[in-house]
Amino acid sequence: MGEAFPGRGDRTVTALEVLATGPMTTVQDTGRFGHAALGVGRSGAADPDSYALANRLLANPLGAAALETTLGGLRVRAHGAVTVAVTGAEAPVWVNGRGAAVNEVLHLPDGAELALGAPARGLRSYLAVRGGVAVPPVLGSRSTDVLAGLGPAVPRAGDVLPVGPAPSTFPHLDHVPVRAVGGGRVELRVELGPREDWFTERALEALLSGDYEVTSRSDRVGARLAGPTLERAREGELPSEGMVAGALQVPPGGEPVLFLADHPVTGGYPVVAVVRSADLPKAAQARPGTRIRFVLWPGV
Amino acid sequence: MRVLKCADTGVLVEVADLAQVIALGAALEADPLPGVTDVVPAARTVLLRLEPGTDPAGVAAAVTGIPLSAEISQSAGETVTIPVHYDGEDLDDIAGLTGLSPREVVRAHTSATWTVAFCGFAPGFGYMVGDDPRLHVPRRGEARTRVPQGSVALAGEFTGVYPRSSPGGWQLLGRTDAVIWDLDRNPPGLLRPGVRVRFEEVA
Repeated sequence: MGEAFPGRGDRTVTALEVLATGPMTTVQDTGRFGHAALGVGRSGAADPDSYALANRLLANPLGAAALETTLGGLRVRAHGAVTVAVTGAEAPVWVNGRGAAVNEVLHLPDGAELALGAPARGLRSYLAVRGGVAVPPVLGSRSTDVLAGLGPAVPRAGDVLPVGPAPSTFPHLDHVPVRAVGGGRVELRVELGPREDWFTERALEALLSGDYEVTSRSDRVGARLAGPTLERAREGELPSEGMVAGALQVPPGGEPVLFLADHPVTGGYPVVAVVRSADLPKAAQARPGTRIRFVLWPGV
Repeated sequence: MRVLKCADTGVLVEVADLAQVIALGAALEADPLPGVTDVVPAARTVLLRLEPGTDPAGVAAAVTGIPLSAEISQSAGETVTIPVHYDGEDLDDIAGLTGLSPREVVRAHTSATWTVAFCGFAPGFGYMVGDDPRLHVPRRGEARTRVPQGSVALAGEFTGVYPRSSPGGWQLLGRTDAVIWDLDRNPPGLLRPGVRVRFEEVA
């Protein structure tokens, strides 16, 4: 990536020039599959629902790469006319300085600048472009795995990201009403296990009755939580085993880490419970300071 | 075999030993189960990651029916040779822990045949098991913040090679110039499950 891009001057070639990234912007898609045996994780959009919604708005195929940005601050300039949509955390959106809306199809003429402010709630916003961000895939995906250091380079100001050819179908809707993501307090449904037997009864009660707070030491790897510590029922080390997104892994200190998209492929600490996949988008939108309550699914 | 659920996203299969891990991993590669997107072999378990909407109970039932031969398949793998400079910072400590001399440690490491049991920790990091139990040593008490790329190390029943520099708590035996992970190679990892490895001393 750099100053030049192929086909400069050719009006059919479009791109997004990154002017600012905010705290953290990466290219993400649905992630990598089938390489776990090589030690390669899935990665992919942390909030898959908001990411998929952005692509659906633009009639992109599921899997088209988009920009995932954390706490706003992303600014891009259109090279050629592009159609985009912003979803996820409701960041204020401006196009050439005029207010625009999230969850809406936005047309950017050549040279237009789109800027995202800081969202009032939620953590991650998605900027999708019709045709998808067309940086070269790595092992079948355009997702950057920040833990593994795998995937496309993290975009920086000045980078020009190519946009792929527009799909043959057209958007059906200009706008979708969706409930705002994020909030000061979220409930996440969990199932106990696979290693709940490594913990005392009291620890399981504490997990399901206490409040946990997302700390600032959180990233795409996981949300580090502050709250009741979970006491182990046994000593010793767990041999490394495979991890899933949503796992609540408990290091020796006793405060769980909620694994997100870039979690390690294997881990050596016991997993007390796993968040249901349907609630992972909520988990990914929990910004530092958010209070989390874990609720046993399907209940008792 | 014991099957544990990871909510609706995975099924963790616990088996008796590493040989069964390898056997189950090979069986699932040869004959994939519907609804499983990824298979993650590890030390005593194989994790099956599920496509959304897949019923974990159905996958659990299907995996329970897979017979596990106790033998590590001898037909599977290619053998790779990795040249090593045995000048690691922990060589003397390893000698102390094993009761061998540093030269005997090197001889044991180069004489053993190693098999990649599984990968993890970082892309291309293979956990290799050998046939010489004298080389089993604990991890270092404290991890290093930076282990250089190509470091050859020991921990538990495993030996490994760091594909790139990273933090790490394994005992450092030496270093290699072999390229362990190369995205321009297909497959990018030199050390894939089932591959057999010999280490060769270079001056």
